[in-house]
Amino acid sequence: MSLIERYDLKVVRYFIVMASIYLVIGTSIGVYIASELAWPFLNDLGTDLPYFQFGRLRPLHTNTVIFAFGGSALMASAFYIVQRTNQTKLWSNKMAWFTFWSWNLVILLAVITLPLGLTQSKEYAELEWPIDILLTVSWASYMYNFIMTIHIRDRNKVPHVYVANCFFMGMMVMITYLHVVNNLSIPVEWFKSYSIYSGVQDAMIQWWWGHNAVGFFLTAGFLGMMYYFVPKQAQRPVYSYRLSVIHFWSLMFGYVWLGAHHLQYTALPDWAGSLGATISLAMIIPSWGGAINGVLTLSGAWERLREDYILRFLIMSLAFYAMTTFEGPVMAAKTVNALSHYTDWTIGHVHSGALGWNIMVASGALYHMIEKIFNVRLSQKLLAVHFWVHTIGTVTYIVAMWVSGIMQGLMWRAYDEYGTLAYTFAESVSAMHPYYVMRAAGGVLVVLGAITMLINIIITIRKASQEQTSAQAATA
Amino acid sequence: MANQNGKESLQTKLEKNVFAMYLFMAMAVSLAGIVEIVPLFTNPDTVKDEVVMADGSTKSLLWQRGDKKLSDWKPGDGVRPNTALELAGRDIYQREGCYLCHSQMIRPFRDEKERYGHFSLAIESVYDHPFQWGSKRTGPDLARVGGKYSDEWHILHMRHPQALVPESVMPKYRFLDKAYVDGESIQAHMEGLRKVGVPYTDGDIAEAAGLVKGKTEMNAMVAYLQSLGNMIKFEDGVVYRE
Repeated sequence: MSLIERYDLKVVRYFIVMASIYLVIGTSIGVYIASELAWPFLNDLGTDLPYFQFGRLRPLHTNTVIFAFGGSALMASAFYIVQRTNQTKLWSNKMAWFTFWSWNLVILLAVITLPLGLTQSKEYAELEWPIDILLTVSWASYMYNFIMTIHIRDRNKVPHVYVANCFFMGMMVMITYLHVVNNLSIPVEWFKSYSIYSGVQDAMIQWWWGHNAVGFFLTAGFLGMMYYFVPKQAQRPVYSYRLSVIHFWSLMFGYVWLGAHHLQYTALPDWAGSLGATISLAMIIPSWGGAINGVLTLSGAWERLREDYILRFLIMSLAFYAMTTFEGPVMAAKTVNALSHYTDWTIGHVHSGALGWNIMVASGALYHMIEKIFNVRLSQKLLAVHFWVHTIGTVTYIVAMWVSGIMQGLMWRAYDEYGTLAYTFAESVSAMHPYYVMRAAGGVLVVLGAITMLINIIITIRKASQEQTSAQAATA
Repeated sequence: MANQNGKESLQTKLEKNVFAMYLFMAMAVSLAGIVEIVPLFTNPDTVKDEVVMADGSTKSLLWQRGDKKLSDWKPGDGVRPNTALELAGRDIYQREGCYLCHSQMIRPFRDEKERYGHFSLAIESVYDHPFQWGSKRTGPDLARVGGKYSDEWHILHMRHPQALVPESVMPKYRFLDKAYVDGESIQAHMEGLRKVGVPYTDGDIAEAAGLVKGKTEMNAMVAYLQSLGNMIKFEDGVVYRE
């Protein structure tokens, strides 16, 4: 029996294709707003329209890459993995389709409302209350279906829940909790509301959400992908089961504390910021535990990296994951944070995670699923192009932001020999120009890589379905 | 994975029961919020609303309004809610995503004091739903921009930032000149804010529509910017934050 007959994979295919389309859109908007910072005339293009200005498009960029691309990739892989590891069809195929359509409706509404300036003005939680409610329902249907699919497995065949499923479940629990608490607000119009919290408490709750959108949506969920697709693609068992259990529980417990490190030296009480920074330092251990667990899964199969580009994506993503989770605690340390906070370094850090870790591991996952579901091989040439273009683009981006971020931080605090501030703010802005150009160039490479992936996936699917129809014609 | 003595570990039990696993996850992720966030609501020191002055007397940082009107307030009188026009400006500040490039949170460092002014206090954003502290300074901090430039400067700057600051990468906001503030929706916004704890009086809301009548979004934006950071009069020899 083929995979397509044994499992509900059509919805997975739809999510895969949407993820690769959203990646092109999300990164393109990113390049556009990056270019606006390098060449500000792009904000108005000779018109007086507000819709393409940085302040309106930036939330659209973050929402399309995190929720449209990231969300679709997570849903595709979660629905795939839960069926394969539990050897059962989905608990409800219909509900999975509901998740698909409602999730895409959320994204469509985001694309309409955000450029119109309808926003709660909380980072990564900009969507207004009616869309938030729809998102909650969509997310709940995803979670319920996932858990019930694990529950209905045949316990004689599959007695245990596989660790990848735990990571997905952890993400689902925490994102529900975060999304609901952070978005509690009083509606005053159809698309205008005010947070029920104010000032300090609102800041803490927002960054509790902000850092855990990263920690759970973009880390725990994507680690779920890693724990399934790395062993599968390498055709080796996970290096250490014990390490994966420790990794999982320490991540669940530890990540939640980190939000406060976004608010050091602010009006948030000092104890909270310090607590956040301390646990941030400790988080190196589980993060590196997970990265090592993934990479060492290749023990005895290292030669596969030479010809397998999908495996390269997965392993390179772990290298970036390790680097980013080292950089994060460093930036959370108070003395470093005093310099790095409010600068481009933060933007660079986020993108070494998003471009290096998330897009790479998700690309590996999407490619792997396409090959398995359609029983085909993708164009190896296009895979190679995507891999190198994306890697070079990512490194260019991160390096540009390291330099500009640290430079900003140093210029703002520099004093001349008379003990007065050495630079005006405007001087620090003009000093950033070359790095903003360099960042945009790195972004262009990432977009080109994303287009390569979309082309590769579409060509491969078309070829596979043509072969299928001709095979059916032959048997008939 | 069974232990050596044959007993099942807790982890093994959880791996067999997905609902128990779910419950344990929910507990693991809840603890941090209880320890780190709940005290911010219960501990009165989080948002200190009074200080001890140099002469030993205590002074409230909130505006002691009595039965005065919002328009009777003078800079330095203490923290108060936004006026109707300022609130309209704040809505625009949110709408245009200003918080993505400008912070409103000065840290207690020497260079920030010289560049922007006294470090920000928690009480100063007590009526800010949601907070506008920001996370990035592509442009300068705005926590104390109120009173720093004239209204005319702000209008020219917003119409064409590069005309005043050639290095600026800020977009042009000429469209704010063409749109007018809607009195009824400002009243609805004030009602909403009152529900979440901003002390607007019936009188404030009643007069709001009249106060914003004929005002452009540019007027509102300038009013909001001029209100930032001058509510408290900072004095030497007073400890505002330990």
